[in-house]
Formats: sequence, C-alpha cells, structure tokens
Amino acid sequence: MSGTSAIHAAPGLSYEAGHDHDHDAAGKALWGFWLFMMSDLILFGLFFATYATMLDPMSYAGGPTPRDLFELPGAAMETAVLLTSTLTFGLASLAVKYEQGRGRVLGWLGVTLALGLVFLGLEVREFAHMIAIGAVPQRSGFLSAFFGLVPLHGLHVTAGAIWLVILMVQIVGKGIDAGLTSRLARLALFWHFLDIIWIGIFSIVYLGGIV
Amino acid sequence: MTTDFWRIVFGRLDLGALDFLTAFRDPTLNEIILSGAAWAVILGGLAAVVALSRYRLWGPLWQNYLVSVDHKRIGIMYIVLAGIMLVRGVLEGVVMRGQQADGLGGGFLSANHYAQLFSTHGTIMIFFMAMPFLTGLINIVVPLQIGARDVSFPMLNSASLGLTVAGAALVMISLVVGQFSTGGWTAYPPYTDSLFQPGPGPDYWLWSVLLAGLGTTITGINFVVTILRERAPGMTLMKMPMFTWTALCTAILMVFALPPVTVSTAMLLLDRYAGFHFFTNALGGNMMNYANLFWLFGHPEVYILILPAFGVYSEIVATYSGKRLYGYGSLVVATMSIAVLSFTVWLHHFFTMGQDADMNAAFGIATMLIGVPTGVKVYDWMATMYRGRVRMTVPMVYLVSFMVLFVLGGLSGIILANPSIDFQVHNTLFLVAHFHNMLIPGLLFGMLAGYTYWFPKLFGFRLNDRWGYISAWSWVAGFVLVFFPMYVVGLMGMTRRTVAYTNPAYQPWMILSAVGGVVVTVALLSLFVQLYVSIRDREFTRDIGGDPWDARTLEWATPSPVPAYNFAVIPHVHAREAFAVAKEAGLGYQAPPAYADIHLPGDTWMGVILAVFGTAFGFGMIWYMWWLAALSFAVMAVAFIGRALRGDRAGVVIPAAQVAAEHRAWLAAVGRLAPVTREHEQDGINHGVAAPETREVAA
Amino acid sequence: MSAPQSSKLNAQGYRHDLRGYLTGFGLAVVLTVIPFAMVAMGDTLDRATVIGVVAVLGVVQLFVHLRYFLHVDFSPEEREKVYLLAFSALLLFLMAAGTIWVLVNMNTRMMGMG
Repeated sequence: MSGTSAIHAAPGLSYEAGHDHDHDAAGKALWGFWLFMMSDLILFGLFFATYATMLDPMSYAGGPTPRDLFELPGAAMETAVLLTSTLTFGLASLAVKYEQGRGRVLGWLGVTLALGLVFLGLEVREFAHMIAIGAVPQRSGFLSAFFGLVPLHGLHVTAGAIWLVILMVQIVGKGIDAGLTSRLARLALFWHFLDIIWIGIFSIVYLGGIV
Repeated sequence: MTTDFWRIVFGRLDLGALDFLTAFRDPTLNEIILSGAAWAVILGGLAAVVALSRYRLWGPLWQNYLVSVDHKRIGIMYIVLAGIMLVRGVLEGVVMRGQQADGLGGGFLSANHYAQLFSTHGTIMIFFMAMPFLTGLINIVVPLQIGARDVSFPMLNSASLGLTVAGAALVMISLVVGQFSTGGWTAYPPYTDSLFQPGPGPDYWLWSVLLAGLGTTITGINFVVTILRERAPGMTLMKMPMFTWTALCTAILMVFALPPVTVSTAMLLLDRYAGFHFFTNALGGNMMNYANLFWLFGHPEVYILILPAFGVYSEIVATYSGKRLYGYGSLVVATMSIAVLSFTVWLHHFFTMGQDADMNAAFGIATMLIGVPTGVKVYDWMATMYRGRVRMTVPMVYLVSFMVLFVLGGLSGIILANPSIDFQVHNTLFLVAHFHNMLIPGLLFGMLAGYTYWFPKLFGFRLNDRWGYISAWSWVAGFVLVFFPMYVVGLMGMTRRTVAYTNPAYQPWMILSAVGGVVVTVALLSLFVQLYVSIRDREFTRDIGGDPWDARTLEWATPSPVPAYNFAVIPHVHAREAFAVAKEAGLGYQAPPAYADIHLPGDTWMGVILAVFGTAFGFGMIWYMWWLAALSFAVMAVAFIGRALRGDRAGVVIPAAQVAAEHRAWLAAVGRLAPVTREHEQDGINHGVAAPETREVAA
Repeated sequence: MSAPQSSKLNAQGYRHDLRGYLTGFGLAVVLTVIPFAMVAMGDTLDRATVIGVVAVLGVVQLFVHLRYFLHVDFSPEEREKVYLLAFSALLLFLMAAGTIWVLVNMNTRMMGMG
C-alpha cells in the first residue's frame, strides 16, 4: 500500500500514474529455483526411502550386502572433494559480490569444476569396481536401489558441471552482467544443495552401511 | 547385414505393429472398433492439416498460438488439447459400457482390447483431459485475477505445454503404432514388468506420464511464483479471489506431489530397460513399493484435480447469487487443510495389501478427516446462495448438480474409508462408481462451468444458453445413469476391469449403465453443437463491456476479448472482490490518470521444440530406435543451452499512445452501452455492462 | 547476492562474508570427521550409539550448510524461504518416513523378516 489518502478513500480499485511496479526478475528466478530444488529434494527423499527399505535380507537376495561393498577411504575422499568444492564455489560467489574481477571469479569456478570432475571420477571408479566384482544393479533389489540413488546424485553433479562450463564460457565472452550474476546465484544454490544431499548419502549409505 | 541395419533404424518396430490393418483380414467387431479408432486418429490429423492449409491458417496458428507466450493463448491451447482428449476418453467409456451391457458370458470385445480401453481411458482422463483443462483455466484466469501482465516465467509456461502435448501425442500414436499398456492407469508391476508385458504398451504409458509429469512440475513452480510475486499492488494474500487461492494450493501440490510419480516411473523404466529389481518378483524387488510411491502421488493428484474446480464454484456461486462469497476465510483455511491432509491418506488406496490393522485404522481416520474441510466448503457455497439473487444459468446448473452429487459421492468415500468395508468392496465397480462420482461432478462439471463462465472474457461473445442447458442436464442425467448402477453391482460383487461376467443379475444394471453412456454422448455432442451455434450467432451475444455476469473480481474489469497486455494500467487493489466494490461505488470504469509503455515478453520456439522432439524422443525410446531418442534429446538439450547462452528474446513494447487509444475507445463504448439488469442477463441486449443493483453492503 | 552499493564495497564486508564461509566449512569438516572416525573405530563402539551420532551430526550439518552456504536465517526477508523449507521438510518426512513405515511393516508381516 503505497498510497496517499486519496487512494485509501477509493473503494475497490484505483489507477495511479507511473510505470508498472518493479518486477524483480532475478529474485523471481531464484524463488522458482528454490521451488525446483524442493521438488528435487522430495525426489531424492523417495530414492533414500526406497534404499532404506531395501536394507533387508530379502532384498539382498543372497548377493553382496553393504558391509561387503563399501569402504571408508573411498567415501571419505569423495566427501572431502565435494565439501571443498562447495567452499570454493562460495569463494567464487564472494568474488562476484565484491567485484574482485573476472580472473578471480573464473579461477574459483575453475577450481570448483576441477573438484567436481575429480568427485565424478572417484564415483565412476567406485562403480566400475563394483561392477567388476559382480555387484551390478541387476543382481539384487538392494543394488538396484543403490544404483538408483547414488548415480542420480552423480548425474546432478554432472548437470551442475555442464552448467558451470556454460557460465564460464559466458563470463569469458560477455563478462559479468546482472543476468550472469543471477544465473551464478542459482547454480551456487544448486551446488550447495547437492552437497546437502551428499551428507545424506555418506551418512545413510556409506556410514550406515559400514557400521 | 541389411537386417542389422534396419534393426538399428527401426528398433523393434515392424509392420506387425500396424495391427489396425488386421481389420481388413479379420473384420470382427472388435477389430473394426480398434481399426476405426486408429483411422479416426489418422484421418482426424489429416483433416486438420488439410483444413489449416485450405484456409491458410498455418501462419496465424504459428504466430498467434504455437510460439506465443501469452498466458491466455497457452491456456486456450491446453483446453483445446483437453477437448480432443475428452472426446477420445468419453468414446472409450461408451464402448466399455456397450461391451458390459453385452458382457454376460462374452460380449464383442477381446479381453486384451478391453484392457487397453480402460488403461487409456484412465490415463487420458486424468493426465491428458483433466490436467490440461485445469492448467488451461489457471493459465487463463490467474494472471487476470491478480492483475498481472503474464506469468513469472513465460518461456517455461510454453515449455510445460510442449511436454504435456508430447505425452498426449504418444498416447494418440499408440492407437496407430503398436498397442497401449493393459495395466490400467496405475500400471502396477509386476504385471507391467518386462516379464509379463515385454511389448511397447507399458513403455507408452511410462514415457507419456513422465513427460507430462515434468511439464506439470514446471507449471506448478511457475504458478507458485506467479501468485506470490506478480500480484497487483494492494492485493494481499487475503484479498486474492478464491480461484487464485485454489490455483495456489494446486500449484504447490504440483511441485511436491509429482516427484513420487516421477520416481516410480523412473524406477519402473529402469526395471524394464536395464533389468533393475525395484519392483520385480525375483531377486529382492518389492512391487508394494510401487503402489506406495504411486499413491503418494496419486492421492494429492486427486486434490490437484479438484481444488481448481472448487475455485471455479466459489467464483460462480458469488457472481450468480449477486452476493459476496460467504466464509472467505474458512474457504481459504479449508483449501489449505485439504492440500496438506491430502499427503496423509495415500494408504487407503491399498488397504488390502497386507499391512497391519492399526495402520489401516490410522489412514482410515485421516481419510475421514478430509471430509471435514470439504463439508465446510459445501456449507459456504450454500450460505452464499442463501437469500442471494440466484440465477440458474448454465454454470449454476453444474454447481447445484455438483453439490448434490458430490455429497453423495463423498458419503460413499466415507464408507470406503472404513478398512473393514473396503475389504468387501475393493476392486469392485463400487469403487469405480465412487471415484467417477467424485471426479465427474467434482472436476469435469467445474471445468465446464468455468469454460462457460470465462468464455466471453477471451472471445468477446457469450456461449449459447440453450445448448448449454441441454449439455449440462445431459451430463448430469448421463452421469447418474452410468454410475449409480455401478454402486449396486459393485455391492453385489462385480469386479472392475473385467471384460465379461457370468452372473445374469448384473446385466440389467449394465444395460441401464449403457443407456447412460448414450446420454453422455449426447452431452458431449451438445458441447460441440453449442460451440458451433455460439460462433455462428456471435453477433447476437457480443460482450463488449467485458462484464456480462455482473461479476466481482478483477478479470471482469477488462475489455472482452482481453488485450494481450491484460490491463491498460495495472490497478491498485483495496478490497476483496475489488471490481464489485468499485462498481457499487459507481467507480467500475475509471480513466487512469496516465498511461505508460507496456513491455511484453517475446515469442519462444521452446514449446514447439519440446512438443515435437519430446514426442520423437519418447517414440524412439519406446521402439528402441536409439538414434532417434539420442538425436531428439540432443536437440532439446541444445535448445535449452542455446537459450541459456543467448538469454531471453527481445520483448515487445506497446507504446503508451496505443494503449491509451485502445483503452479510451473501450471506456467510451462502455459509456454508450445500455447497462442490463439481471433479468436480461441471457438476452441479446446484454453487451457486457451490468446495471447497478441493490446489493448488500460489502464490507 | 545483489551487488552491494559501491560505498559498501569494502574489505570489512568481504572479510565478514569470508569468515562466514570459512566457519561453515570448518564446522562441516568437524561434523564430517567425527562420524567417519567413529565408524572407522569399528567394533570398539556400540553400534546403536554410532548410528545415533551419525544421524544427529548429519542433521546438524544440514543446518550448518543451510545457514552458512545457502544463507537461510530467520530475518524477515528470509521468512518466506523458512516457511518453504519447513513445509518441504514436513512433506519429506511424511513421504519418506511413511514409505519406510508402510514397507517395513509389510516386510515384517509377510516375510517374517525385517
């Protein structure tokens, strides 16, 4: 209500001079993205729940169990790499916010991308090992649930990495304008969000499986 | 070598998939119906192409609709899609009624054909009739009701439509190429696993639902942000029209209820395509999780469907009673309660699956609780009509029939919510009668009422009342005739989804039901006759002033048809039902102090690209034509990335002078028109300016 | 993440924000190392205790991330976001816990295992 007394006196509706009220495009896009992430959160939540219900001798179907498959060092490495990448993305966001120059932004984004790729490499190595020892998704309900959940996170990281490359190309080409800042803010949310999902994965799948 | 080549090109598709051609070799009634449906799709498509070319409409169609991001145009396209799918869905229902009338020990359909019919009927009616219809109405009405120029993300709006069309197209293609699933609209494994149905049927179901579901999720996000961020100044949440409130709750449900079906569909796809064991019988799969996941979506989905209809009813009951909506606050609270409670009852869809009785009791109680807010709403609508200036227009016929029939259906729902009774009648036609009793009056009547109510706002003329009444009463009578007998045979023990039966006691009821099918067909035809007659006689029902019903909310303060920019100047809102309050003070049509340039978003090809390549992607996946799937996916990915790199297309700027000229011309026309009283609402002299009436004082 | 006014472009603001990220990172490291270490110690610890600690620290870390990386707090501007998160958490709980409840119940009853 930004009105004078004349407007308050007007019943129902009134028209005022001036342009349309401010449409905060970046804010709306960010809100939309939050909603998308919450939708995605439910998606992950149900893969988690399915995984939890498959931690059952029936679903192992005589195949390998979590204790047979998971190892702490590998999970710790993946966790360390992904957690560090979330910090470096934060530093990139700060470099944008405080206008520390294109080079610094690109530098931190580059480090983030590299860490993301290392994470993916570690995951692929782990999956390849599992497949080599016969722990394939076709082996049991439990392994299906594992290969439904963890690679889904990996696919999200892959999408984030592609998005990151696109934004870096844009920064090199056009510099950092308002549109790019807004897109970078959304990617930052996405990247931090994936780290939160990973907390669930290392707690439930790896630590919960090994303990 | 060549066989290998063709196998790569066509995957598992061969001439055997064109099974509608067998009717020429084996002309049984079953084959003729199957074949006729396929030919209807082919010839219907060809006729549309010929007509568009003959009247040189490709250009206007492309410019004004396909690439448009105008929320009204997108809404119209959704409703056209819903109309096409409604025809197919109703006809399938009628064929099924015919079969069961003749089904004592046989009938004319094969079991396989019957199973396809009930699978496509359910899938189409839920995903490709109801969802597009309500999404279309929300698209058309919400931005107008909240005083916005468009939705928050116009390009994504077009993308949602594209994905929905792709899903619908796959269902239509399944009539011609190969067969659809025979697993019902819920597609329960293990019956839909590759072990039992290795063919393309379940894949058609899975890919169409997955694509349409993604579109719906995006729609949900779009409308939550639109309603929270685009409201006109002064319109607080508690000043929003009721339809917008229900649209908000539906949009929230879309965001949160679609992920479960995305998950269950993705898992079933992995089972079918990659040999996973989420739901298989062997190696530790658990099909009960599918039922669980599907209904985690399925139950909120019911409220996605029904809440917008509640919103429509709330709008029309106030308008056609000439009274402020009674109990606005309680309606808002009831809508929100229904939205949250809808996530706590999913287990009542599988009471008989084997969980313990305490759990069944808990979900039974939660289910009965949902009846409370729904009851509140019915009382609010009745109280709105009480001592109102009620006119029995076509939408009111739908409303009043809804109130009676929906309460009956709700009572049968309370019966079913009791697990011990549910054990007796589950999987019988009693259940089929119940959910049709909720969805036809609850959803379809609401959508048709909304279509009749808002039609003049978009096209500038009213729909024909005579044919409207014929259609409305035929829907009501037909519905009662088709489904009430099912309660009876359901209690007698007749199972659903069964092609034939051996108990002769069922047959008289099934014949009655088939007669109802004929009446429903009349209702459907009357809708199209109504449209034709209305267009033919449009000069007699012109709505120029934009307010033919003496309505109450913001969308009626605009000219009809609404210009692309909706409002010449965005109004400031100071009251609930702002337009009614303004009219009462004699200030319904004020000239704004000044006009400004209006910026509108530019066109996008995204909808067309997703519709075409989404269909091609699904088709490629279904028939194992991997090159086609990969290529289509790549095109869609490039389109998205390309847009990300390039940014939004330049919008359109409408100069202030043009806006001013158009708006002043309209205000002048309103001044010249004779205001009509409610006695003459349906007469030729109603040109959309309402005469002031003695009303209760709106606080 | 809107660019601040040039007058606010100062080293102090930058240091403050940087400290936020580093605090978050430090807490996250601690909250990750403890559960990993406890699991690494193997059978010396009670299994139920370890599971409990892993679960609690996981939830704590979730809040650390929300606070320091996603910048969600209880300020008035963020209130809508807090509502959204609370609502999402409620639905996530209903669906995930509901799934586990229903399916474990049926596993127990129908297979005699679980």
